Amino acid sequence: MQNIIESEGICKKFGDTEALKNISFSVNEGDIFGFIGPDGAGKTTLFRIITTLLVQDEGDLKVLGLDAIKDYKELRKNIGYMPGRFSLYQDLSVEENLNFYATVFGTSVKENYELISDIYSHIEPFKKRLAGKLSGGMKQKLALSCALIHKPRLLVLDEPTTGVDAVSRSEFWSMLSKLREHNITILVSTPYMDEAMRCDNIALIQNGNILSINTPVKVKEGFSRKLFRVRADEKYKLITALRKYPQTLSAYPFGDSVHVTLIDDQIDKLFYLFLNEAGLKGVTVEETAANIEDRFLELMEKA
Amino acid sequence: MMNNTVISVKNMVKKFGHFTANDNLNFEVYKGEIFGFLGANGAGKTTAIRILSGLSEPTSGEVIVAGFNARHQAEKIKKNIGYMCQKFSLYEDLTVKENITLYGGIYGMSRDLIRKRTNELLEKLKFHEYENRIIADLPLGLKQKLAFSVAVLHEPKIVFLDEPTGGVDPITRRQFWEMIYQTAEMGITVFVTTHYMDEAEYCDRISIMSDGKIVALDTPENLKNKYHAGSVEEVFIKIARPANN
Repeated sequence: MQNIIESEGICKKFGDTEALKNISFSVNEGDIFGFIGPDGAGKTTLFRIITTLLVQDEGDLKVLGLDAIKDYKELRKNIGYMPGRFSLYQDLSVEENLNFYATVFGTSVKENYELISDIYSHIEPFKKRLAGKLSGGMKQKLALSCALIHKPRLLVLDEPTTGVDAVSRSEFWSMLSKLREHNITILVSTPYMDEAMRCDNIALIQNGNILSINTPVKVKEGFSRKLFRVRADEKYKLITALRKYPQTLSAYPFGDSVHVTLIDDQIDKLFYLFLNEAGLKGVTVEETAANIEDRFLELMEKA
Repeated sequence: MMNNTVISVKNMVKKFGHFTANDNLNFEVYKGEIFGFLGANGAGKTTAIRILSGLSEPTSGEVIVAGFNARHQAEKIKKNIGYMCQKFSLYEDLTVKENITLYGGIYGMSRDLIRKRTNELLEKLKFHEYENRIIADLPLGLKQKLAFSVAVLHEPKIVFLDEPTGGVDPITRRQFWEMIYQTAEMGITVFVTTHYMDEAEYCDRISIMSDGKIVALDTPENLKNKYHAGSVEEVFIKIARPANN
């Protein structure tokens, strides 16, 4: 196995803003590697450097064994890139866009059709339609087809699921998993923490720093305390009460419950008494396993 | 109609040519409620929100928002609601204070009231150090919190939030929801769309749209029981699958 990306101490500034601070990581061949973090974390800047569209201020970057600065021309032939904003030609048809991208990379749709057939078959019935007239989901499938048509060894997807509903997001991830059969390495970014579990390895990123980097399971297991899931009839009242409880370290709403950590990692009678006195009804408490977002919150607090 | 009903939608239909974007919607939303409006992309949410906020007229049906009819009292509706979306809410090249003043003026608030609310707002958000900064220089999280506060500056009956937390970090996202809870406690109805399914669980009731119809409407708890699902996300994946996307 070969490392498809080797990044060592990458820094990038825009004026006074440090967009990336000392970013080091490596990506194994055939992996789906996810950068998970909010807007402004530096995900797009990093992906632009990896795809040779920007040059880092400091640090070494090898992609597919090539130097990202010196060998950028060679590198571009082997990378497929889907930017966050829809960047195909709106006034060309579906088919014209795909043919155009194939031609630019010196190949043909026919030659690599097998690679995209799973994805492209969904939009092929609309191949005469202008790209600008497609629905969001269809645009996404066309953009992915165009990024794949030259059979790249590395596929870079910048927030492909942002603003996409939960059903379509799930389908998109299934398509990515299938691409693994073709031994394409995928680098993907997302602000949705739950998507981390679909990756082989992830990096949590915030304010230009990598907070944690590992398999999603190991990242979750990095959570340092016991975590309790507390429920009550009135959620907001519960959060406010938990914040006032002297033993509380953190209390964050998660879905229908509140995730709580306590100084001595224990729930005792006082805890129930306190919530009871705060007028809360239907209180239930159970210990729960931390998820990626719990860990992200913990790391943010420490940062 | 119950007297605490702030949105009443009866047989609402919206057609664009032969395409039916909203196909006979029926629902009510109550005072002080947090109402989650979910659906797949293209299900018809935006069309419905445009009608509810007085930007578009229904093709047929009766829509009453804040006591006014969406068909011929759209301007009155606009005065009694607030609106915030992820993409555009504030003027990037105006300062924090200028934005607040501008919106106060648009909503027809008096100078004294604007001044009073501005101070309250800056205090509440601990924003005094930012008051003379232009919006473009603020971090996204602060922008979103400010945009929300501005949307309720005139204490509307209802505030519409269209994907208010897209892309913000997990701590800010939760702080944002605490602002939503506080607003609802003041008696302002919060009508919110989101793609974060865990946020749907924070709502009092949710509706799920699919292909122009409302296919489910209940409390998150009842929906999970009905569909034997552990989370709203599972419910959503079971019933919101779009016909062709």
